[in-house]
Amino acid sequence: MSAQQVLFDAPGPRARRVILIGNIVGVLVAVAVLAWILSALAGKGQLAASMWTPFLESRTWEFFILPGLVNTLKAAGISIVTAVLFGLIFGVGRLSHSAPIRAVAGSVVEVLRAVPVLLMMIFFWLALGSSGAVKPQDAPLIAVVVALTLYNGSVIAELVRSGVHGLPRGQREAGMAIGLTRNQSLRNIEVPQALIAMLPALVSQFVVILKDSALGFIITYPELLQFTRRLGVGEGNVIPSLLVAAAIFILINFALSTLATRLSVLLSFRTKGRKPVAPGPLVPEAAAT
Amino acid sequence: MENYLSLFETYDVPAAFWVNIQLSFWAAIFALVIGTVLALFRISPIPSLQWFGAAYVNIFRNTPLTIILAFGFLGLFSVMQISLASDLNASLFRIAILGLALYHAAFVCEAIRSGVNTVPLGQAEAARAIGLSFLPAARLIILPQAFRGAIAPLGNVLIALIKNSTVAAAGSVATESSGLMKTMIEFRSDLVIPIFLTFALGFVILVIPIGLLTTWASRRLAVAR
Repeated sequence: MSAQQVLFDAPGPRARRVILIGNIVGVLVAVAVLAWILSALAGKGQLAASMWTPFLESRTWEFFILPGLVNTLKAAGISIVTAVLFGLIFGVGRLSHSAPIRAVAGSVVEVLRAVPVLLMMIFFWLALGSSGAVKPQDAPLIAVVVALTLYNGSVIAELVRSGVHGLPRGQREAGMAIGLTRNQSLRNIEVPQALIAMLPALVSQFVVILKDSALGFIITYPELLQFTRRLGVGEGNVIPSLLVAAAIFILINFALSTLATRLSVLLSFRTKGRKPVAPGPLVPEAAAT
Repeated sequence: MENYLSLFETYDVPAAFWVNIQLSFWAAIFALVIGTVLALFRISPIPSLQWFGAAYVNIFRNTPLTIILAFGFLGLFSVMQISLASDLNASLFRIAILGLALYHAAFVCEAIRSGVNTVPLGQAEAARAIGLSFLPAARLIILPQAFRGAIAPLGNVLIALIKNSTVAAAGSVATESSGLMKTMIEFRSDLVIPIFLTFALGFVILVIPIGLLTTWASRRLAVAR
């Protein structure tokens, strides 16, 4: 649906001319900005072939980029699993029948969402490192995983809660009717459905986890950014190295975001009956990624 | 307890928080301006501007903030020798603001677009019916309602921005709170937990009122329909 076009009339000859001129001006300005950036880079010799040829050597990929990427994916992968577990436990806790459990789960989730991830990471890194509870070389990875789990787990807990609240009341009532307890109906009927409804938001949260794993750079965890910085310092091509690292992150995250959008389109068929049909948006949601 | 209180004589904790607040304040203003322009681009009838807005959002939203801020220091400042002030620290501070603003502008753009989606189609049709073209319709009809619908998501962006201002440590802004916390823990490892709780509490105090305020404002200012 081209709902976007509703913001402006079907262009007549004059509007078409204005759009054409605007289009040309827009392209020219974009090209001018790009040219200015490139000339600034070239002025500092950043576009010289020698700056970029290291990325054509297998050595660069074997010893810098791939090990960094593996560490990034390792930290993000472990954090995704533990954050989902944390989110399920605390999300169900927030929906619990007993008021004390609800209060504890609620305050834990609210506080953890308000504390910057980086502060938690630095705290766990230094606390674990000095306590001697783990090997010093393991402390950064554990700190990254724990901090990402606590923060993103709290966000996922909120997703679980809002997912369950979004279900029709009949689901719970049907559970009660067949003699399930409140907790049984939550576990067997409501949360599984909420999980499906929240899948797109969950995948978007995975993008956040992957991006935030780069914070490990600050606490000396050898992830992609750390390795590419080392590469850049060694080869004297810091800017190209950082741009390549950014491009890798963008590619992975873009793929995940696209997956999230596809999922939300796909799942809208499954969850269609639940919400009253809203009038179409002014801006199509599919363009959101 | 006395040990703990002596920390505040040695280290200026409020000053570190003040740096974060300043970073967030300026970055929020620039991000709001850039984000609004991007949102206008994305809903405009001009394809090249739509394309530019979408490309900007996709690139900056999918790049880790750490890379952007590290690039500001390692790339812009060290290699390109771009300095935004005569003083070294002020220059790094401004580069960090630039990085924070560019990153969060992508999220502001998406928040405003979600606000535009709360405006019913009839409003845009009515604007066209009384002869308004795109820019006047956007300025007079769509955006005022969109901003009111976007208060809650914009509040979430502001909260994220305040918390993310700690990442300025990656851009070598040494005076902000995560850097000070690291220094304090390194020198006073006997007080690891109280130090962390102090900083965590500081952010809770900063962030939770903003959350409550934006929730209240979004209800208060919601366009009655």
